[in-house]
Amino acid sequence: MIEPALADPVFGPAPEQTADDPELVQLLTPEGERVHHPAFDLDFSPDQLRGFYRDMTLVRRVDIEATALQRHGELGLWAQLLGQEAAQIGAGRALRPQDFVFPTYREHGVAWCRGVDPVRLLSLFRGVDQGSWDPAEHNFGLYTIVIGAQTLHATGYAMGVQRDGAVGTGDPERDTAVVAHFGDGASSQGDVNEAFVFAASYNAPVVFFCQNNQWAISEPFERQSRIPLYRRAHGFGFPGIRVDGNDVLATYSVMQTALQRARDGQGPTFVEAYTYRMGAHTTTDDPTRYRLSDDVENWKLKDPIARVEVYLRRNGMADDNFVAEVAAEADALGERMRRECHALPDPDPRDIFTLVHSEQTAELAAQQATFDAHVASFDGEEVPV
Amino acid sequence: MTGVNEFKLPDVGEGLTEADIVAWRVKEGDTVAINDVIVEIETAKSIVELPSPYAGEVLALLVAEGQTVEVGTPIIRIGEKGAVAPGPVQPATPEPAVADARGTEVIDTNIPPTGNATLVGYGPRQRALKRRTRKGDAEPVVEVRAPASLETSAAPAPPAAPGAARALAKPLVRRLARDLGIDLTALVPTGPKGTVSKDDVLAAAGGPMVEVRGAQATSLETSGERETREPIKGVRKQMANAMVASAYTAPHVTEWITIDATATVELVARLKDRREFQGIKVSPLLVVARACVLALRRTPLVNSTWDEAAQEVVIKHYVNLGIAAATPRGLVVPNVKDAHALSLVDLARELEALTATAREGRTQPAEMAGGTFSITNVGVFGIDGGTPIINPGESAILCLGAIKPQPWVVGDQVVPRQVMTLALSFDHRHVDGATGSQFLADVAGIVSDPATALLF
Repeated sequence: MIEPALADPVFGPAPEQTADDPELVQLLTPEGERVHHPAFDLDFSPDQLRGFYRDMTLVRRVDIEATALQRHGELGLWAQLLGQEAAQIGAGRALRPQDFVFPTYREHGVAWCRGVDPVRLLSLFRGVDQGSWDPAEHNFGLYTIVIGAQTLHATGYAMGVQRDGAVGTGDPERDTAVVAHFGDGASSQGDVNEAFVFAASYNAPVVFFCQNNQWAISEPFERQSRIPLYRRAHGFGFPGIRVDGNDVLATYSVMQTALQRARDGQGPTFVEAYTYRMGAHTTTDDPTRYRLSDDVENWKLKDPIARVEVYLRRNGMADDNFVAEVAAEADALGERMRRECHALPDPDPRDIFTLVHSEQTAELAAQQATFDAHVASFDGEEVPV
Repeated sequence: MTGVNEFKLPDVGEGLTEADIVAWRVKEGDTVAINDVIVEIETAKSIVELPSPYAGEVLALLVAEGQTVEVGTPIIRIGEKGAVAPGPVQPATPEPAVADARGTEVIDTNIPPTGNATLVGYGPRQRALKRRTRKGDAEPVVEVRAPASLETSAAPAPPAAPGAARALAKPLVRRLARDLGIDLTALVPTGPKGTVSKDDVLAAAGGPMVEVRGAQATSLETSGERETREPIKGVRKQMANAMVASAYTAPHVTEWITIDATATVELVARLKDRREFQGIKVSPLLVVARACVLALRRTPLVNSTWDEAAQEVVIKHYVNLGIAAATPRGLVVPNVKDAHALSLVDLARELEALTATAREGRTQPAEMAGGTFSITNVGVFGIDGGTPIINPGESAILCLGAIKPQPWVVGDQVVPRQVMTLALSFDHRHVDGATGSQFLADVAGIVSDPATALLF
C-alpha cells in the first residue's frame, strides 16, 4: 500500500508526484495535431515522416509475428514491444552510425534501426543461439536479460570513447555517443544507479534512455519512484527530461539533442520516454491478472502509429496507396519471418569452444579434441548434450 | 503433399506441461488464415489465445472444450478445402503423422522437410525429434488411428517387442493397468523410448482414447436435471491435490475448545471507534489472528515444516499467516507475510487487502506460497466448528466457529455470553498433544481475556 508523502513543517513540501507532468515534451498529439516546443522543435521532411510511419508499422508487425510464432510453439519466449514503437524508432533513428547502443531484451525497434535482421532476434528467443548478430558490425550490443546490467556496460563503453578521444572534436563523423536502454523497473536497480554515478562523475558521453512503460512485469510504476523518474537525474548531477514516448517526433528530437550533447563532450542525459506496455511483459505473463483494462483502453487512444498516419493523411503526405504499400511490406516481412524462423538451424554443440573465449587455451583445445571424438562416435546420430 | 496439418498444443509459458481448452473460436468447416485466433486455452499461468499457424479449412477439432491436454497433443486439423473429411476418427494421412510421432530413425534418414507446401511447412516436426523427447509426442498416434484394434496398431509400432520380460511404464500407467486388469507385457508400447503409455492401456481396455474422450464429451452435454458433471481442473484441482496430499501424509489430530469470547467482541467494538482503525475492517478474526501470532512464540513447533527429504523439522522464526478464503474460483489460502512483525493496525490492513484480493480472484501464486500457519473461518458461514485439514507444508491450522449468544455459567449463574468454538488440527508426526494443547489454550486465553496478551 503506497501512502502519499506529506509535507513536513521542517523539511518542506512534499515532492511533486503527478504522472501527467506539464514538462512532458510533445510535438504530435494523440489526435495527430502538430504542436510546437520552444527547445525541441524540428522541421521534419515528408520522407522522414513517412519513414517513421513505415518503421513503426513494420516493427509492430515484427512484434506481432514473433508473438504469434511463440503461440505456435516456435519460440520459447518473446518480449513484446507493442505500444513502444515510437519510443524505439525515435531513439533509433536519432543515432549516427558511430554511436553505440546497449539494449535490454525488448529493443526490437532499435535493432531494426541498427540493421539487425528480425530473424536474428527470433533465433535468440527460439533458443538456438545466444544472440547471433555481431555487435561491432551494427554498433548494437547483444540483448541483456539481467535487468539494468547494460547501463554499466554502456557507461564503461562511453568512458572508453572519451579515452579514445572520440568526444568533442567537432568532427561529426567521429564524435560518438552511447545509449543505455532500460525501463522503469530497472531504474530501481543498483547497477543503474551506479551507472548514473559513474557517468556523472566522469562526464561520460552516454544517454540513459528509459522507456517508462508503467509496468515492471506486474509492479506498477508508483512502486518504483515517488517522483517522476527523469527528476532522479538532477540528484545525480545531470539533466533529465520527460518526453512523450508515444510521439516519435518528440522522442527523435529530444534524443537527437541529448546524443549531440554527449558527442560534444557535455556529458550524460537522462531521457524518460513516457509510454505504455500494451502487451504482456513477455509471452509467459498474463497482465489481466494485475492491471485494469480501463488503463489499456485509455492508452490505446494514444497509439503512436495512428497519430502519425492521421497527420500524414491530413497534410496530404500519404494516401491509401502508401498505407497499403506499407501493409503489404509488413505482410511480406511477416511471411519471411515465419519461413526463416522454421528454417533456423539447430546450434552446433561445439560452438561453445569457439564462441566463449577469444583465444583458445591448450586445455580447451584438448577438451575440444575429446569432445569432437565423442561427437564423431555417434556416427551421425543425435548427440545427447 | 496432402496439405493437411495438425497443430499441436505448444508450451506457451516456459516449461508448462498441460493446458485446459477453454473455448474454441472456430468450428469444423470454418476457413482460417494464418494467425487467426482459433482457441483460448488456460494454463497454470494464464489464459492465452492461440493463433493458427496454418491457413485453410478447419477439418477437425481434436479435443473438446473443458478438456485438459498435454503439451504436444494435436488439437486441431487444418487443411485445404475438402482435403479430408472432417472427423476425429478419420485416419488422416498417416504418413507424416506417424513418422512424426514415432521415432528418430524415420526422420534421420533425411526425409526432406515438408517445407515446400503451399504454406510454411512444419519446421518443428522434423526438429522436434532432435529436442528432448516430450511426454505427449507419441500419444496422438493412438487418437488418430482411432478404431484401431491392438493388431492394427501393431503395424507401425516401434521396435520394442511385446511380451518383453518387464514392460516399461510409469507408475501411474502401471496402476491404471492393474486397476483395469490389463497385462502390460502384452501391449505394444507406443510411448517415448518404448514405454507403455496411458493411451495404450486405455486402448487395450476398451477402445481408443477418442472414444473415451467422446464419451466424456457426451456425458458433459447430457448434464441435465438429474446430474451435472463439472470437470476437475484449475483451483478445484489444486485444492484437491493439496488436501489429499495433506490428509494422507500428515496424521491429523484435532482438538477443540469452546470459550466465552465476549471480551473480544467488546474489544472489537472499542477498536472500531479508534482513529487508527478508521476505514479498516476490524473483526474477531483480527484478534484471533493476533492471538495466534503471539501464542506461536511459546509453542514455535506449531509454526514449523516437516521436511521429509532432509528428515528435519524446520522451525520458522517468522509467521506467514495463511487465511483460507472462499473465492469464486474455489478455496485459496493466501498468507500475510511476516505477520509476527506487524502491529495490530498493519495486520488488520493486510488481512483486509488479502481477503479483498482473494475475493476478486486475483490472488497471485506468490501470495499463497511460503505459509507457515493458517486460519480458516467457518464462522462466517454460521457454523460452530469443524476439523480443518492442514495446508500442505505447514503443521497446524486453526478453525474459527461462529460467535453466538449462548448460555454460559459465570460463578453460579447462567448468563448469556458471546460464545465460540476454536478447533486446532495439527500434524501429530512432530507436534505432540501437549504442545498442540498448550497453543490452543494460549489462543483461547487471549480471545477470552485479551489482556492476557500482555503475557506473551
